[in-house]
Amino acid sequence: MKKSLYIAAKDLRSEFRTKQMLNSMLIFSLIVIVIFSISFGDVLSQTELVEKLAPGVLWVAFTFAGTLGLSRSFAGEMENGCLEGLKLSPIDRSSIYIGKTISNAILMFIVELLTIPIFIVLFNYNISGIPGLALVIFLGTFGFVSVGTLLSALSASTRAREIMLPVLLLPLIIPVIIPAVMATGTILTDGGIGSIASELRLLVVYDLIFFVVGQLVFEYTVMD
Amino acid sequence: MLIDRKKEKVLAIITAPVMLIAIGMIFFYVPQMKGNAGEILDSSFKIFYFHLPIAMVSYLAFTVVFIASIMHLKGNSSKWDIVAHSAAEVGVVFAFLVLVTGSIWAKATWGWYWIWEPRLTTSLALFLVYLAYLMLRQALEEPEKRARLAAVFGIVGFISVPLSFLSIRLWRSAHPLMFGGSSYGSSGGGLEGTSLQLTLAVNMLAFALLFASLLVYRINNEALKEELEEMKYNHS
Repeated sequence: MKKSLYIAAKDLRSEFRTKQMLNSMLIFSLIVIVIFSISFGDVLSQTELVEKLAPGVLWVAFTFAGTLGLSRSFAGEMENGCLEGLKLSPIDRSSIYIGKTISNAILMFIVELLTIPIFIVLFNYNISGIPGLALVIFLGTFGFVSVGTLLSALSASTRAREIMLPVLLLPLIIPVIIPAVMATGTILTDGGIGSIASELRLLVVYDLIFFVVGQLVFEYTVMD
Repeated sequence: MLIDRKKEKVLAIITAPVMLIAIGMIFFYVPQMKGNAGEILDSSFKIFYFHLPIAMVSYLAFTVVFIASIMHLKGNSSKWDIVAHSAAEVGVVFAFLVLVTGSIWAKATWGWYWIWEPRLTTSLALFLVYLAYLMLRQALEEPEKRARLAAVFGIVGFISVPLSFLSIRLWRSAHPLMFGGSSYGSSGGGLEGTSLQLTLAVNMLAFALLFASLLVYRINNEALKEELEEMKYNHS
């Protein structure tokens, strides 16, 4: 566990030196929000309509920005034999996976933390139930990242890896996006954590299953 | 892995008449559906005898992909990879047919082709996952690596399908429950007649046989292709 934290720290350190990925993720999610805001410009004055749009818009922004970030997560390691270096280091392969998952999740949390205020401003919307929303976003993001990290490693060795990742990832994250969107919608309208218990349970199950399966099969994606 | 060409033919020869009988039963054997008041119901229900067996076959195909993927990662032999690839291809065709037959039936009974509803969304997700699986295979050239990565995706993809069913279950379902609940109408009058059950059983058998023969042909094709590649390689 400690070793995977080293991997995560290494990733984050190299990321914060350039902030290349973080910046492009941020700008991308900003653009998504702006486009939605422009296209729904007529209905922004009606709060009940915005309430219906909000979960979808937010999760589209998160998912797209996350996919963008994930596609670089392993592509960066392919250069200069970094992946060989990682594989040679005296740690389990699954520690690499866990470390990468942690660092990707942290990057996505940062993006989400900055996207929500922009959303509030551009959609003229007052978000209620912050703790519940944070919990839903945490669980949803973790599930997304645990599948995404695995597929990032998988698609890094394919031809045209940038287009392969969304194609592979989006069908697989349907089961995490649906409960996440629904729970976000419930939280935004009446805001009780008790009312989204079944969604939360499903998110937790999804996260656990894919985190465990990811660790089991990750070894095969980087083997050569 | 190459299955005897004779056996392959036998399977096809058995499948063809069973399929014919199955189709014949749908149109000539099954009695008219009658509603509670005795009125003759729409014959659109007959597509059900295709729809359910096709759906079962697609699930079966993807289960084969899942098992073959695990076996491949465990044993690392290319024959399981061929099985997984063939089953995925056949399965995608059937998954697409599930969507098509389902949509046609839905248009006739509900009045629209598509609604966002558990069973439909799961079928769509299933179709997309295995389409992505085939895309992944195309994007990889090196056979060993392709087999390994496709196996990983085959495992992860299969796991996500029951979850997507559960997640969409949170919505209310408009799709009739065929097992473990009353099927058509509140009185459960749907699938109780012997003739209906018999027709359904024959159709299931026919589609299972169709799947088996398609799979066998596909596997043989792939094995022959590999043999050819090897010969070319040795020759040059």
